Amino acid sequence: MNIVACVKQVPDTEALIKVKPDGSGIDEGGIKWVMNPYDEYGVEAALKLKEANGGEVTVVSLGPARTMETIRTALAMGADKGVHITIDGADAYNTAAALAAAIKDINPDIVFCGQRAIDDDSGQVGSVLAELLGIPQVTIVTGLEVADGKVKAIKPIEGAQLVIESAMPCVVTAQKGLNEPRYASLPGIMKAKKKPVDVKDAAALGISIEPKAKIARMTPPPVRAPGKIIAGDDPAAKAAELVKLLREEAKVI
Amino acid sequence: MAKGVWIVAEQRDGALRKISFEIASVARKLADELGDDVNAVLVGSGVEGLAPELAKYGVDKVYIADDPIYANYTTDAYSAAVAKVVKENDASILLLGSSVQGKDLSASLVGKLATGMASDCTDIKIADGKLLAIRPMYAGKCFGEIVVESYPQMASLRPNVFPAVENAKAGEVVKFDAGIAAGDLKTKVLETQKDTSGKVDLTEADIIVSGGRGMKGPDEYKIIEELADLLGAAVGASRAAVDAGWRPQTDQVGQTGKVVSPNLYIACGISGAIQHLAGMSSSKYIVAINKDAEAPIFAKADYGIVDDLFKVIPEVTAAAKKIL
Ligand SMILES: Cc1cc2nc3c(=O)[nH]c(=O)nc-3n(C[C@H](O)[C@H](O)[C@H](O)COP(=O)(O)OP(=O)(O)OC[C@H]3O[C@@H](n4cnc5c(N)ncnc54)[C@H](O)[C@@H]3O)c2cc1C
Ligand SMILES: Nc1ncnc2c1ncn2[C@@H]1O[C@H](COP(=O)(O)O)[C@@H](O)[C@H]1O
Repeated sequence: MNIVACVKQVPDTEALIKVKPDGSGIDEGGIKWVMNPYDEYGVEAALKLKEANGGEVTVVSLGPARTMETIRTALAMGADKGVHITIDGADAYNTAAALAAAIKDINPDIVFCGQRAIDDDSGQVGSVLAELLGIPQVTIVTGLEVADGKVKAIKPIEGAQLVIESAMPCVVTAQKGLNEPRYASLPGIMKAKKKPVDVKDAAALGISIEPKAKIARMTPPPVRAPGKIIAGDDPAAKAAELVKLLREEAKVI
Repeated sequence: MAKGVWIVAEQRDGALRKISFEIASVARKLADELGDDVNAVLVGSGVEGLAPELAKYGVDKVYIADDPIYANYTTDAYSAAVAKVVKENDASILLLGSSVQGKDLSASLVGKLATGMASDCTDIKIADGKLLAIRPMYAGKCFGEIVVESYPQMASLRPNVFPAVENAKAGEVVKFDAGIAAGDLKTKVLETQKDTSGKVDLTEADIIVSGGRGMKGPDEYKIIEELADLLGAAVGASRAAVDAGWRPQTDQVGQTGKVVSPNLYIACGISGAIQHLAGMSSSKYIVAINKDAEAPIFAKADYGIVDDLFKVIPEVTAAAKKIL
């Protein structure tokens, strides 16, 4: 089975994000970079499929030079080879277009993405990629079975859970709950150093980037007015005061 | 030239969802500023009767694809239908909700329409005749102002953030056939397992009472549930509580859980880790109940009580009972 997992390198969830004074982007100084947490579920699902069916797992990532560390992490988890697309700062459509250009020659049976990257929080790339590859998609998936050339996926929606069947090849975007991602083992890390990674730029992929969505400006989040701590020693009195404030001041109950 | 503010109305089981009225209201406001019309696309089976409800929230025209093939939402069928009508009419702006269905449909449309989109926006306006969308990024640690250079200019809107405003318009119905045959579809819904608890989903709830590790165990959530029942609220949880197996994954609020925007979020025994704040900081009012005065949640809270939650929550329920 030909399996692809798309991984993005993002700031660690604990990272302090500071906007540059001119609002042109974030200050990358001091940030620890990690694999997007949702992509870890995608890589794990890819490795499980390979273990069950044989085949090969290719990880594909687009980003600046540091992105190579994240590709190596996926290889250390057990992926077989990597593709590093050296384009920085593309929007969702162009990212998907570059990924599609790199993936189409692999002729995948299944492509995994995360349901969302926790830096841009856009949740678009997996779906756009499916459209550009001309294959179906199942998004935000918490359960997966692959058999007889078909995918059966579990997808939670508001107040229900769907069981969706899709033809293959397809794109599946991973949500927390799909599995427990493994850690890279020490031998895994050693082996990863020797695994092949293809490095390609836009020209090698035969694409040109025309931005569709532009970040005109970035700003720090709006400051919340300081809150009120309800003073006192008696829990009942404090509770009564809270209920009064919610009713009369905030008018939310 | 591209024209018209378009929305995709969301329905399930033949009923429009609240998010549809929220997007319609935003679309109406933008269209009035531009001197343009609001068109809604409604896809489903047996949904024609829903058009007047959309008209009530400012929709001039409702394009309806009504066919048994659309009985269940599937990405391929819905996306093909919406793409067809939006392309044929050269839409200028296209808005969807960032509900579960809206997330899926909007992203697929970005691919089909080869355009850009600002997802999960919390504010939206017109600047220099173009859409300017404002959205949290990096889990709300900063905000981005997005301009879409291609048409249609797409944005998805965070549920529960924009008010639904009544503003009656004609709601003229235009039926269309997207020419999709069952054989074209590559995905299908095999089963819908409904949550029979009848509770509102976290993403649609006006009030959420949420418990974290400070709850100590699964049975202790009873006091949270009592308060939630009284307030008509949904129950949420921190990841610590979900990972401990006290609450289901669907209750998790945060960066790897749900992003919620209720009017009132009551955090009980939750420290306020950055990943939790990512999921609830766009709530209108935040209450924190925590015995540690230094817990970071207090920095985000409008009202805080520093005390033992096991003493405070039952008293809150008792006090609320007196007035509700
Ligand atoms: C990649 C990644 C993703 C994550 N995603 C999420 C996410 O989506 N959502 C999420 O919530 N977390 C997420 N986390 C975890 C997050 O970092 C915190 O570990 C988690 O939010 C802590 O949960 P908590 O506040 O319930 O527990 P704690 O941090 O342990 O806080 C418990 C609080 O309860 C208080 N308390 C204890 N007893 C009482 C009492 N009797 N009365 C009153 N107060 C009491 C304590 O003072 C303390 O403040 C993520 C972490 C990572 C690394
Ligand atoms: N630069 C990238 N390189 C590889 N995969 C990506 C990249 N950007 C996004 N993806 C994939 O698409 C998913 C959704 O990303 P996004 O649409 O940016 O939220 C991620 O979880 C990744 O699996």
